[in-house]
Amino acid sequence: MSKEPIAVVGVGQTKHTAARRDVSIAGLVREAAVRALEDAQLTWADIDAVVIGKAPDFFEGVMMPELYLADALGAVGKPMLRVHTAGSVGGSTALVAANLVAARVHRTVLTLAFEKQSESNAMWGLSLPIPFQQPLLAGAGGFFAPHVRAYMRRTGAPPTIGSLVAYKDRRNALRNPYAHLHEQDLTLEKVQSSPMLWDPIRYSETCPSSDGACAMVLTDRAGAARAPAPPAWVHGGAMRSEPTLFAGKDFVSPLAGKDCAADVYRQAGITDPRREIDAVEMYVPFSWYEPMWLENLGFAAEGEGWKLTESGVTEIDGDLPVNPSGGVLSTNPIGASGMIRFAEAALQVRGQAGEHQVEGARKALGHAYGGGSQFFSMWLVAAEPPVG
Amino acid sequence: MNPRHVAIVAFAQTRHRRRSAELSEVEMLMPVLHEVLGAVGLRTGEIDFTCSGSSDYLAGRAFSFTMALDGVGAWPPISESHVEMDGAWALYEAWVKLLAGEAETALVYSYGKSSPGELRDVLTRQLDPYYLAPLWPDPVSLAALQAQALIDEGATDERALAGVAARSRGAAEHNPHAQLAGSAAPDALLEDPYLVRPLRRHDCPPIGDGAAAVVLAAGDTARRLCPRPAWIRGMDHRIEAHALGVRDLTRSPSTRLAAHNAGLFDDAAAPVDTAELHAPFTSQEVILRRELELGEGVRVNPSGGALAANPMMAAGLIRLGEAAARIHRGDSDRAVAHATSGPCLQHNLVAVLEGERAVKTEREEGA
Repeated sequence: MSKEPIAVVGVGQTKHTAARRDVSIAGLVREAAVRALEDAQLTWADIDAVVIGKAPDFFEGVMMPELYLADALGAVGKPMLRVHTAGSVGGSTALVAANLVAARVHRTVLTLAFEKQSESNAMWGLSLPIPFQQPLLAGAGGFFAPHVRAYMRRTGAPPTIGSLVAYKDRRNALRNPYAHLHEQDLTLEKVQSSPMLWDPIRYSETCPSSDGACAMVLTDRAGAARAPAPPAWVHGGAMRSEPTLFAGKDFVSPLAGKDCAADVYRQAGITDPRREIDAVEMYVPFSWYEPMWLENLGFAAEGEGWKLTESGVTEIDGDLPVNPSGGVLSTNPIGASGMIRFAEAALQVRGQAGEHQVEGARKALGHAYGGGSQFFSMWLVAAEPPVG
Repeated sequence: MNPRHVAIVAFAQTRHRRRSAELSEVEMLMPVLHEVLGAVGLRTGEIDFTCSGSSDYLAGRAFSFTMALDGVGAWPPISESHVEMDGAWALYEAWVKLLAGEAETALVYSYGKSSPGELRDVLTRQLDPYYLAPLWPDPVSLAALQAQALIDEGATDERALAGVAARSRGAAEHNPHAQLAGSAAPDALLEDPYLVRPLRRHDCPPIGDGAAAVVLAAGDTARRLCPRPAWIRGMDHRIEAHALGVRDLTRSPSTRLAAHNAGLFDDAAAPVDTAELHAPFTSQEVILRRELELGEGVRVNPSGGALAANPMMAAGLIRLGEAAARIHRGDSDRAVAHATSGPCLQHNLVAVLEGERAVKTEREEGA
């Protein structure tokens, strides 16, 4: 028996910001959930199950917070699942929810991811104490900077590429009312002269710490037929994982990422991603990860990703717009960041991305990764329902 | 409903212990993974989907599950997911994956080491962070509230609760994996002082370290891997409100609804002969028996249940595994397995498992 087609009929986000002191954790997630329900013109009673995701519980200091959030998310009397796959969790959460529809276990599912980073300190939450790991790292940037340097050495990319990505994404964010950073007077020169944090990653090439939540309503074919606005249809979705550290691991272009993309393209019938995909929301927490992922995801040949960035192909009006929403570089409620990528891809193919809409977007890729470049989740959404 | 049939085809667990300071979580888990994969003759790379359950708050570090994944041997890369929940819910996620036709086999594992911290303190961090957690009410105190409500209602008494403890730990004498086995007679147990009134030490689960794993398979693959697969006839889970003040603690409507949706009350089906209930406290078994309408003929917790071993994040998965293992061995034809999460049975999962013989009988009757 074939799987039930999955439609995204509702998307909701909070205004992402450094600290949402006006709301509790419950208030934050409810805000996104209510917006997703309003977008779908559905009520809590229409939801069969809730699938929630977030990154480590230490970020808020609440163990398994979904237990406490059951009431706020209308989950009482319903199934509630809590996913945690590191930084990729927002994407994984959406895929777990999508599977409930695909398997016809449920018809309409609310999926949500959040992080309220102001409740604690993510950088030190991510700095693992001895004896678990050598005390060499301070935050995620300390982990990823050496891999960026490896990419630069391997490809010979000019040192300015990272700043181009950051400048593009931060300008795209000005078109997105939900984005955390709205740096009206940012210039390329300011990016390039911002303080060096983890060489070669500068302050303005680094994601912010955000409070925020993102929610989506996923439903079946019948649910999509009743939707008030055009849905986004899921044409493919996959997760892949590989170990954190081992001899032979390619941190610059991990095999798990390549495999995950290949699986999604196979499901969606994509043979030439560069030509067939109209917009990409990829997880770029540090600027250089745009060219790195362009290669890993098959949009550019190995060593060529930076050329797409340099030539403006990834600009919002370019041939392959990447992160028209402003991306993780402009908004990073860690646990939600992956789901925001998935949701923004859906908004693009629904034609509902507002000021940052990519004209004529029919197919879009949402991408998330996490851990030590080891967890990947992706989906491909389209304006048309899947064939068959 | 979905025509695909999924079964638990193998189960393994550690010998649960109060402390395992000499072992990392990966070292604790590895033998269990080898055992469960060995039982079906598969390697990690031959499993279509892997899903695990664990908690960073027990490990005391963020992303603790990544270390376990390194132990699984996720190379070449694998299709994999993780829930910050008991492994029973990892099994649920994997079951859905198989139902969707995206996998034929799945490895599910979970583990928890409670020994490095003070579990009663750690679990208070699971409560509403604004109104409840600042008061640090520990799980034993909350369970005592529940037990007292049950006694006040006349549904049980301290003597009956001691009977649950004695029966469970007596049963555990036949379970080589149990942390606690053997018990004094109920009357002798009642001579002990209260831990938190009305609960005595025997009413509470042991604190310990442990891991468990199962392999799921669909259709003919399951038949190939296991002489008598434990078919999952139905599975559902439901959550209740978090605030204890808005719940009737003597009832578990979420368990009842999940059981209904899992097909436990189907008139056409044979009654269950076995129940593996995740009732860490004696009083919770009383509640669950009532909601699941378990009669006298049902063997409840032949493994000893959570009163014999309650490794956090694994104890729920172990209930499903124990029930399945009885079907594998031919000791049961139809069993119900239950897992719980959160304070005072907030979140409950129920699965109905069946051996093949019972199914044939059913089909013959239907024909």
